[in-house]
Amino acid sequence: MTDQSQPSTTRRGFIKTGLATGGAIAVGGAAQGATPDPLITEIQPWAQGLGDGVDAVPYGLPIEYESDIVRRNVPWLTADVISSINFTPIHGLDGTITPQGCAFERHHSGAIELRKEDYRLMINGLVDTPLVFTYEDLERFPRENHVYFLECAANTGMEWAGAQLNGAQFTHGMIHNMEYSGVPLRLLLEEAGIQPEGKWIYVEGADASSNGRSIPLEKAMDDVLVAFKANGEALRKEHGYPVRLCVPGWEGNMWIKWLRRIEVTDQAIESREETSKYTDTLADGISRKWTWVMDAKSVVTSPSPQSPIKHGPGPLVITGLAWSGRGPIDHVDVSIDGGKNWQTARLAQPGQPMAISRFYLDIDWDGSEMLLQSRAVDATGYVQPTKTQLRDVRGLNSIYHNNCIQTWWVKPNGEAENVEVS
Amino acid sequence: MSKCRNLWISTALAATLVAGPAMAEKLGLGRPALPEEIAAWNVDVAPDGTGLPVGSGSVEDGEMLFSENCAVCHGEFAEGVDNWPKLAGGDGTLDHEDPLKTVGSYWPHLSTVFDYVHRSMPFGGAQTLSPDETYAIVAYILFSNYIVEDDFVLSNENFLDVTMPNADGFIVDDRDETELPLFTQPACMSDCKDSVEITMRAAVLDVTPDVIGEDEVQAAAEISAAAEAQETAPIAMPDPKLVAAGEKVFRQCASCHQIGDGAKHRVGPVLTGVVGRKVGQAQGFKYSPSVEKAAQDGMIWDHDTLDAYLESPRSVIPKGRMSFQGLRSADDREAVIAYLRTFN
Repeated sequence: MTDQSQPSTTRRGFIKTGLATGGAIAVGGAAQGATPDPLITEIQPWAQGLGDGVDAVPYGLPIEYESDIVRRNVPWLTADVISSINFTPIHGLDGTITPQGCAFERHHSGAIELRKEDYRLMINGLVDTPLVFTYEDLERFPRENHVYFLECAANTGMEWAGAQLNGAQFTHGMIHNMEYSGVPLRLLLEEAGIQPEGKWIYVEGADASSNGRSIPLEKAMDDVLVAFKANGEALRKEHGYPVRLCVPGWEGNMWIKWLRRIEVTDQAIESREETSKYTDTLADGISRKWTWVMDAKSVVTSPSPQSPIKHGPGPLVITGLAWSGRGPIDHVDVSIDGGKNWQTARLAQPGQPMAISRFYLDIDWDGSEMLLQSRAVDATGYVQPTKTQLRDVRGLNSIYHNNCIQTWWVKPNGEAENVEVS
Repeated sequence: MSKCRNLWISTALAATLVAGPAMAEKLGLGRPALPEEIAAWNVDVAPDGTGLPVGSGSVEDGEMLFSENCAVCHGEFAEGVDNWPKLAGGDGTLDHEDPLKTVGSYWPHLSTVFDYVHRSMPFGGAQTLSPDETYAIVAYILFSNYIVEDDFVLSNENFLDVTMPNADGFIVDDRDETELPLFTQPACMSDCKDSVEITMRAAVLDVTPDVIGEDEVQAAAEISAAAEAQETAPIAMPDPKLVAAGEKVFRQCASCHQIGDGAKHRVGPVLTGVVGRKVGQAQGFKYSPSVEKAAQDGMIWDHDTLDAYLESPRSVIPKGRMSFQGLRSADDREAVIAYLRTFN
């Protein structure tokens, strides 16, 4: 792995112009002026007076200076904001854990308010004893902690036909990565006793949409988690308080929020969410169904259109996220020339199964334009494809499961734009 | 099969599915679900008809029910309003550019239509349709897709006789066969292509929402300040600042309602002159039975009624057709009422 690298030889021809342009925009920054910095030489109010007391904010929000790092909506995408989606500000985050307060939301009938006291979970269908659990019952089962990513199958869906939305938040923000605490679904199913005819489970939420989905029993008994905490705290309302399902590596629509019922069945129910939606129409008009696994994918979060380079040429941290529904990320390659040449980035931590990895590539930017790409490779050897490769297989009418390589055109002034390249 | 035997078999099954230790002992948590409880929640319908309630409904009844319950979003002929889903049409478009996916052109199972309408529709009034009403609405959706004739009556008896046009249009995920061999080749690291050209730019399309600007922050502050002033000093005509703020809030209403000169009825009625007037009085608009009833009861769109209605439409007019989530902010409601008043 490469910790640091120089611009590749193919870029050398641009160095001269790059430097010339770059020199013009080398801005303000810190510390190299001839005049003393008043932030240092003058006593600042925060260094003299007093800050807030301990009870000023019983449960804190980010400081006001970070008010742009929030979930954003794309109003033209959906008919209204109730059955809709917004986007995680991945361009402004670092590390791998997504704070719940800015993790994207997708509701089909709005985010409901359901008290723990009013919470009931039913297991019925092909079981020996249909059961009802209260929230307190769930807390008495042996518990596990896991970090998992949740990606909406429609993430990057608007980019299928071409470069469309100008920001990593909008192109790749239907994703979050949290540490969940909860009970393996297997334990609950075993408590009810699965009958031999049982091959599937049908899971639904307590909200008006119910958002029912069918999951093969094999997956249900493997790693599906019934979670009630995320990142250490109770699930936020918008993430399914008090209880949601985690279906590691599989499309987010199956992670039922406000989970209220698990039915063991001998067949898939083929609900609205698994027939009319979350199916993938190929060029010949035939559609794939049950496309549950999220393919390996990555994106550079900075620099990117919402996170331009402001410091001019010199040391530059290129960073981004990578994930795979088939297991851990093995490594991530980064290209600054639109995919001609690649260098392997540094993972902040070794990849974990079905969890996001953070990658860094530390370069000495020469100030010339870059066509910045990242390419994830997971532990199964799956290599994130280009959009052309995907279109060759799937045609032009897909919406979901677009895991193509993303390109940011970084200009000499440090601004970046979402583009497609040949 | 006896329960004992089932338990034994399920233990064996679970053991085969779960690698590692044998099945844990039961903890004895939870309680048995009662039949009434299961009946209340276990309403899903499978493709083979499992779960269908006894009942029936005609296209004729369905047309009326659809108009009352569904048309506000899906259109009188299931053709869809604005961005809301189209339920009819699209026949033969699946292998074309931008296929139109509707119940008729795309949905493989009729069970899904019944299940979804019965469980989750109408939007904002889920689980208010009886089985018979649901059969009727599903029959009308079939009729609007030319799948059945206008004298058709759908029931649990003939449900499986209906053939959905795209029933054979789906295959199970085949990425393991069609994509994995292609995408697990060793990755190229250098000189992977001769040239790179930019072929498309997002900035040219320009559909990205603007960054949150100071304008929006300032606008919100202005709404708040103006609303406060209005409350503390009621005056005959609303504060111009409040009106301006209300005009912005009204954008949320404007997809369904027009107001002022040249306004026409859209999904919702024209709102010119609505403040202080009796409910349901816009000429030429076909109101829901609920609004008609409110009008008969003498409901007036005075300030407090409008405020309550804008906060939560269906708590003021139950079963009304306005599928709007409501304005949570009292300041926003104050502002938009002020804006509406200027058209009196």
